[in-house]
Order: sequence, then structure tokens, then C-alpha cells
Amino acid sequence: MTPRTRARLRPEFLATITATAAVVATMAVAAALLALGGHSPGEAFAALARGAFGTWDRFVSFTLVRATPLLLTGLAVAFAFRARVWNIGAEGQLHAGALAGVAVALVLPGAGAVLVLPVTLLAAAAAGALWASIPAAMKTGMGVGEVITTLLMNFVALFLAQFLVQGPLRESRGVFNQTDEIPAAAHLPALLPDTRLHLGFLFGVVIAVGLWLYLTRTPGGFRLRAAGASVKAAEVSGRFSVAPVIWLSFLVSGAIAGLAGWIQIAGVTHRMYEGLSPGWGYTAIAVALLARLHPLAVVVTAIVFGALSAGGGAMQREAGVPEVWVRGIEALVILAVLTADRIVQWTTHSRD
Amino acid sequence: MTDLAALSSFLVAAVGLAVPLALAALGETVSERSGVINIGLEGSVIWGALGGALGALTVGPHAGLATGALAGGLAALVFAGFAVRLGTDQIITGTAVTIGSLGFTGAVFQSRFGATGLALELQTVPAWEVPVLSRIPLLGPAFFDQAITAYLAYAMVPLLGWFLFRTRWGLALRAAGESPEAAHAAGVPVVRTRMLATVFGGLMAGLAGAHLSLVHTGTFAENMSAGKGFIAIAVVVLGRWRPWGVFAAALFFGGAEALQFTLQALDADLPYPLFLALPYVLSLAALAGWFGRSRAPEGLALPWPRWRRISTNPKK
Repeated sequence: MTPRTRARLRPEFLATITATAAVVATMAVAAALLALGGHSPGEAFAALARGAFGTWDRFVSFTLVRATPLLLTGLAVAFAFRARVWNIGAEGQLHAGALAGVAVALVLPGAGAVLVLPVTLLAAAAAGALWASIPAAMKTGMGVGEVITTLLMNFVALFLAQFLVQGPLRESRGVFNQTDEIPAAAHLPALLPDTRLHLGFLFGVVIAVGLWLYLTRTPGGFRLRAAGASVKAAEVSGRFSVAPVIWLSFLVSGAIAGLAGWIQIAGVTHRMYEGLSPGWGYTAIAVALLARLHPLAVVVTAIVFGALSAGGGAMQREAGVPEVWVRGIEALVILAVLTADRIVQWTTHSRD
Repeated sequence: MTDLAALSSFLVAAVGLAVPLALAALGETVSERSGVINIGLEGSVIWGALGGALGALTVGPHAGLATGALAGGLAALVFAGFAVRLGTDQIITGTAVTIGSLGFTGAVFQSRFGATGLALELQTVPAWEVPVLSRIPLLGPAFFDQAITAYLAYAMVPLLGWFLFRTRWGLALRAAGESPEAAHAAGVPVVRTRMLATVFGGLMAGLAGAHLSLVHTGTFAENMSAGKGFIAIAVVVLGRWRPWGVFAAALFFGGAEALQFTLQALDADLPYPLFLALPYVLSLAALAGWFGRSRAPEGLALPWPRWRRISTNPKK
């Protein structure tokens, strides 16, 4: 091929353009579908925006609070995917972390109040990492692909959670399938006064910055990105072996997803119950993808998905559009981004 | 309840619960053998359930089975259009199809039947008792007094076994899944093969969904697929990508689910969520090689042709 380069745009810039174009295309398709369903697209979008951003409190107490578990699981997925580790087990790792955090919080005596939060956070991260270590061991030790193993582990975690909240961890009143309320010492403090936003959101932002620094500023991060770009090239180069990189990305990813589960409980629900997560671990794949696996961009895309979630209720109340439309719109966003990606690849890479 | 009666009712429930899993998993076996893992299978199941319900309302329950299968096939066609034709990532595309299907089926259902979703009552597909065979003690009523969907599932097992391992087309399909490069070199149209295999998987998953609404419950509810599409993927793993194995694995998963109801009926205070987790643990063990060699098709989840991926050509 001649040295003629077709794409002179910086990759980040190009990625931003395509992501924006994908969102615009999504809105157009969503508007057409809404009209087809007999709804007014304008009213629906306006109500959604009001519900998500209408007032400071809507934005902070709803959008940002809903964004927090998506931010953490999104970071978990983005980090693993960067190393081409297809961890679709964030949902299971989230449950493992939630269970560990609740169990420790309920067992720890109230005496060491100051220590309760750090200890529970550590327990949740460790449990998430432990849950991810089984697929990691199967991938590195036996060559079993992680897509299926992480998916299977999700179900095991879900049923384990069901078992624990129905049995050993069931509330002492014995009425509902949920745990007792965690002691106040284990509650995450509010981030902003008079809002429902808790410290967990800040944790998410700090982790995002940490991951970004690690990926771009350290040799380990370079190795991880190299392994992600091409496992074969990384191995053939002989400079490093890929297995430790795979282990690291599994463990870090699992730990962050584990934190997501416990932080949701410590910051919002204050107890564990069946159906804690409406599938954050799966939506996280969309959040990470829309952010092009860039940790800092995950903060933005998590807020976008948090806004969709927070605005969905308002859309139903004020415009009469069923809240389930939000899920459809999420899917359209993913498909639009994937398509935009392909178009960019076709126009910037030679075919043979 | 006598032990025998309990066992008999357990078997009936186990087979009933296994049928949708077997249908969806047999279809997914074909698509995975061609190199496509369809995480969007859950979407095909829920569209099958809704398509089945709408078809049953307008024409009749048997036609509903057909419209359900068609709806599932269409959802898989959307998935394949992106993941196979366009070459987008199979995992992410499948996730999108699942999320979107759960959303849009809910939207269609609510716009047709109101936000509260008045309990929909559908005419169900009746069970058809096979003469003679249904009188086999214990197994007869369980296997041979079921709706037509069950017999379709039974028939598919040897049929797919023959197709995949005894025909040229089956060989070509498996080649596309093991090594798309070699298959392409041998003249197999990899993209078309994978498209067809995936759509077939969607038709079967749609039939599984129609079974849920038209045989199992006689109604439609949002999210009624309840993870059946994902479970089917686990069933394929435990069945080691072979029709007979997949059918046996579906029975095992169905049995674990049925045990829950039997234990409740017997008032036994056993932790049934652990029974429900058991098949997944065993699937993991199977992948780890505890029951002999078991591996996924080599080319599973890899897009084709390769030039569609972001990769640098070593020749340049």
C-alpha cells in the first residue's frame, strides 16, 4: 500500500466523532420507533431529560446515584477488555462482592467502627477478585475461553446469593428474603449534603483516574495494552509472558466489580436482597464499549446510562412512554457504536 | 404422596422444563458449531414468547408456535446481520440484542395490552399422548404425554446428529466453526453458513419461547424468558456441543429446576438454590475436563474474514 494515509485525525478525536454520530443516529432511530409506537418523540425525550437533568437534585440524587454501579462495573469491564479478556462475569463478581461486604458488616462487632468501612470494602474487592480467579485459572491453566466460564460463574453467584439471603444470612425477623440492615458504621457517608449521592461515586472517579494512569503511564499498563493489541505479537516478542497480564486484568476487573456490589448496599440499599442488580454487569459492557474502553470516558458514559435510567421513570409518568423503552434505546446505542466502528475500520484500513 | 407418585410427578415436571432448554440449546449447538456464539439467544426466546402469544391470539395456538419461531429467527437475523455480516464483536452484539429484545418486547406488549399488562389468557397447545409408549411406567407419562414441541425436540436430536456429523453440509458447517480460513480455502461460504446456522438457532430459540407462552403458562409476561437463553448456552457446554449430549444436559438442567418444586411439595427444608446452581458448577467442571475432553469449536466467537478485524497484515 502507498504511504498515503486516509485518516489524518487523531484516534481519540475520531473516536469522539464516531461516538457522537452513533448517539445522534440512535436518537433518530429511537424517535422513528417511538413515533411508530404512537408516542411523541419530542415529549418523550423532553420528559427523559427533565427526569435526568431537570433539577440539581434530579441530577445528583438520581442520575449520579444510578450511574455509580454502572461506573464501577463499566470500569471493571473496560479494564479486562483492554487486555482482550472478555470478562462478561461482572454481574457475578458484583454479587460475590455484595455478599462478602454484607457478611463482614453484619459479623464485625460495632466496636471498631472506624475500621468497618475499610474492612468491608477490602472484603468485597477480595471476593470479586476471588470470583474472577476461577475463570482466570481455567483460561491460563487449561486454555478454556473466559466468555462461557464467566457467564456460568454469574449463575453460580446468583444462586449462591439466593441461598444466603433465604438461609444463613436471612433477616432475624424472618419475613422477607433479605439480610438484616447493616450497622450505621458500615454506611457510606454522603458525598454532597442534602442529597442521596454517596462516597461511592467519588471512589468510582478515583478508580477511573487510577486505571487511566496505570494504563498510560506505567510499564505494566503498556504490557497490558500490548497483550490486548495482539497476544501473539506480545508472546513472539519474547519480552514478557502473557499469563500474568491475563491474571492481573481478571483480578483487578473482578475486584472493581465486587466493590460495585457492596458500594451499592453500603451507599443506597443498606441490605442485601434477591435481585439487587437489574443486570448492571451486562449493561456495563455497553457502558465500557461506548467509552471505547477508556477509563476516564467510562465516567461520562456511566452518567449517560445513569441519566437514561433516571429519566425513564419520568418518561413514563409525564409522556406515557413505558419505561422499558430505555432498554431498547440502550441496545440501539450499542449497535450504532459497533456499526460506526466498522465503518471507521473500513475507511482507515486496507482490506488485504 | 407416595414415593412413586412423587417420582412420577418429578419426572413429568423435569421433562416439561427441559423441553424449552433442549430446543434453544440444540439450535445454539448448530450456531456454535459454525463459530457463532449467540449471547442474544435470550432475545430470540423472549421474541418467540411474544410472537407466539400474538400469533395464538390472531390465528390459533399451533400457528402461534410457528410465528414464535419466526420471531425468534428474526431476532437472530438482526444479531447475525451485525455480528456475522458486518463482523462486529459477537459478545457485545449479543448483549445488545438481549437488552434490546427485553425492552422492545415489553414496549410492544404494553402498547398492545396496557401498562398494567392485564393478565393475558391464551389458548394453550394441548398435550398429545403417544399411544402405547405413554403407558410405559414412569417414563411414559413424562416423555410421551407432552405437547408437540417436546416431540420436535426429540426428533431434532438424531436429525441434527446426522446432519452435523454425517452430511457434507454438516462438515462444511463444522469447518466454518473450527477453522474459517481452511473452510474458506476449501470453498465453503463461511459468512453464509454462519448466517444460516445462527438464524436456525434463533428459530429454535423462538420455538422455545413460544413453548413458554403457549404450552407452559398460557400467558405472556415481560421478561418471562427468565434467563432461559443464557441457560441454553450453559446446556450446550455441558452437552459438549453434541446433540445427544445437549439433550441429556437439558434434561439434567430441567431436573434440577423440577427438584425445587418437588422439594417444596414434599415440604423438605432443603436449600434448593444450591440444587439450581449445581448444573452450572458441573458445566464448569466439564469445561475443566473432569468428564473427559471437552472443548469449544476453535473458531468460536472469532469474526470472519480476518481483514475485517483491526489487525496489521504481517506481509506489509
